[in-house]
Amino acid sequence: MAEVVVRNLVKTYAASAHRATDDVSLEVADGEFVVLVGPSGCGKTTLLRMVAGLETPDSGTVHIGGRDVTGLPARQRRVSMVFQSYAIFPHMRVRQNIGFGLAMRKVDRQELERRVQRAAELLQLEDYLDRFPAQLSGGQRQRVAVARAIVVDADVLLMDEPLSNLDALLRLQFRTELKKLVRQLGTTTLYVTHDQAEAMSLGDRVAVMRDGRIAQIGTPLAVYDRPDEQFVGGFLGAPPMNFFPAQVRLRGADPQLVVGEDTWPAPAHLKAYADRSVLVGVRAENIQVTADPPATGPGAQPGWSAAVVEVVEPTGAAVLLTVRLDEHQLKVQAPPGFPARPDDTVWLRSAPEMLRFFDPETSLALVTT
Amino acid sequence: MRRPWARAAAVQAACVAITLFMAVPMYLIALAALSSRESLNRFPLPLLPTDLSTETMSAFLRSTGVVPAFLNSLQVGLGTLVLSLLVGVPAGWALARYAFRGKEPYQLFLLLTRALPIVVLSVPLAKVFLTSGLYDTTYAVTLLHTALALPTTVLITAAVFVGVPRDQEEAAMIFGATPVQAFLRVVVPQALPGVAAAAMFAFVLSWNEVLGATILTLNQRTLPAQVLSTLSDSPLAYRFAGGLALVLPALLFIALMRRYMLNMWGATLR
Repeated sequence: MAEVVVRNLVKTYAASAHRATDDVSLEVADGEFVVLVGPSGCGKTTLLRMVAGLETPDSGTVHIGGRDVTGLPARQRRVSMVFQSYAIFPHMRVRQNIGFGLAMRKVDRQELERRVQRAAELLQLEDYLDRFPAQLSGGQRQRVAVARAIVVDADVLLMDEPLSNLDALLRLQFRTELKKLVRQLGTTTLYVTHDQAEAMSLGDRVAVMRDGRIAQIGTPLAVYDRPDEQFVGGFLGAPPMNFFPAQVRLRGADPQLVVGEDTWPAPAHLKAYADRSVLVGVRAENIQVTADPPATGPGAQPGWSAAVVEVVEPTGAAVLLTVRLDEHQLKVQAPPGFPARPDDTVWLRSAPEMLRFFDPETSLALVTT
Repeated sequence: MRRPWARAAAVQAACVAITLFMAVPMYLIALAALSSRESLNRFPLPLLPTDLSTETMSAFLRSTGVVPAFLNSLQVGLGTLVLSLLVGVPAGWALARYAFRGKEPYQLFLLLTRALPIVVLSVPLAKVFLTSGLYDTTYAVTLLHTALALPTTVLITAAVFVGVPRDQEEAAMIFGATPVQAFLRVVVPQALPGVAAAAMFAFVLSWNEVLGATILTLNQRTLPAQVLSTLSDSPLAYRFAGGLALVLPALLFIALMRRYMLNMWGATLR
């Protein structure tokens, strides 16, 4: 059990011009479960492999448990890994597969068998110990890979998209089991995935990566609710965050948002950005939607905008509407059974505290004090 | 409308036809070699063993140079096998695991070396071996056969190693194996059937090779070379005996190696 400290890791692959990891630094506390998530090519797998010892960085250091392991080969780092393709050995039985790490470290025979048995029980593999991998299903092979990784009691557990090769239902089931298992073991874990839902559900902290850098790292709710940049807001969440431009105007002392032809109430901190354009970010579930025209006149709720429905997708738990507000396309989550059809007009509103604001040029979140 | 059984029957018929195509000549050779000389002069030739005798075979085996030639062939065959594996397996490994400049031209080049007719190659080779003093030794023939077998050995083993995913080696190294241990414990067991196939190919190629061996040797002949030179004037019976002596060891070798190719874990290949 150890913490992982990564400092300024840079890696460029020979064939390409840009950096796979661009001066990345990361600290994983002892016992913490950190998920690296991002689109393909963002450097998350490269980062994981450098922590594992399967790739050497061009510069930077990796410390595990206070020990500088940057120059050490994988087998000396006391890490464990689960691969995307499982990488279990087809010519060995499940028992030998699970016990491989222990056998390589010359663990005493009785102790080895005891630990293999315990790991098999944790992953419901007791009945399959004497089979060969070819006789197992994909999900079972995945369990063998995980059993092999946990049986060695490593300091750090590394996982490279272990659920990607499973079908959707198995993936959900195993995700829950994995979370429970890792919690039970308490091992420091670094997990890579491209699936943002998986990242949010598993991690104590989520690190969103892009182009070799960590865009934002924080608890799942923090990165979901308060993205530091447009990319993070657009990457997390299904459907992704909506973005549209607006103008900040002052009416008296209060700031207001001009969205197309309508005016929305704005949070007080936007006062500093009067007469500027901003990029508004709002999540589909944070937009109120109604099919009836809202009341107008004194005392009525301000800030409604009309939009035209383009696509209606009933997902069972909700109805996902794709609407057009002026020339912007927005995704809106409506309650199940919401009566809307394409080409209907609906009215949208969002509470000011649900809105997020970004600089249209830099895409970074506006500083709010 | 083709019914499923019609298709299955056609497949069976094709299998039987191919088997017969291979088996009938071998049967006839064996029959002729194990019959007495007189029975071969009868017309029409009996297709069933009626007059079995070991007379022809024993005379053939006792005739000059056959047993030494047989031993030479064995020595050259095994030498070729060992040498081509020693050189070919690491080369196949490099092709499978590393990307290097000139990889594609290299593979093409390997195949092109087999495009040269062996007769054309043998004469300058004989000159080289004469000057280096290796002429008329089994070493010369071994070297030639290794050169002939290497391209296929390299390409087969490369394909075999590609079939072992790299992340299995990485997994082995994460869990405590040095690169060498990872190779020996994870790659080799999976590569063994394919490498056995390459070894078998090298041996059989060497065993059957006659032109190069004939040109490069005089007294230290391999069996095919010996058979070619001495039996062209012999009676018919001895030619069959020679044929049987040539076919049998190769068949035996294949039968032995088959075990390695069919013995896969958990998945039985019949």
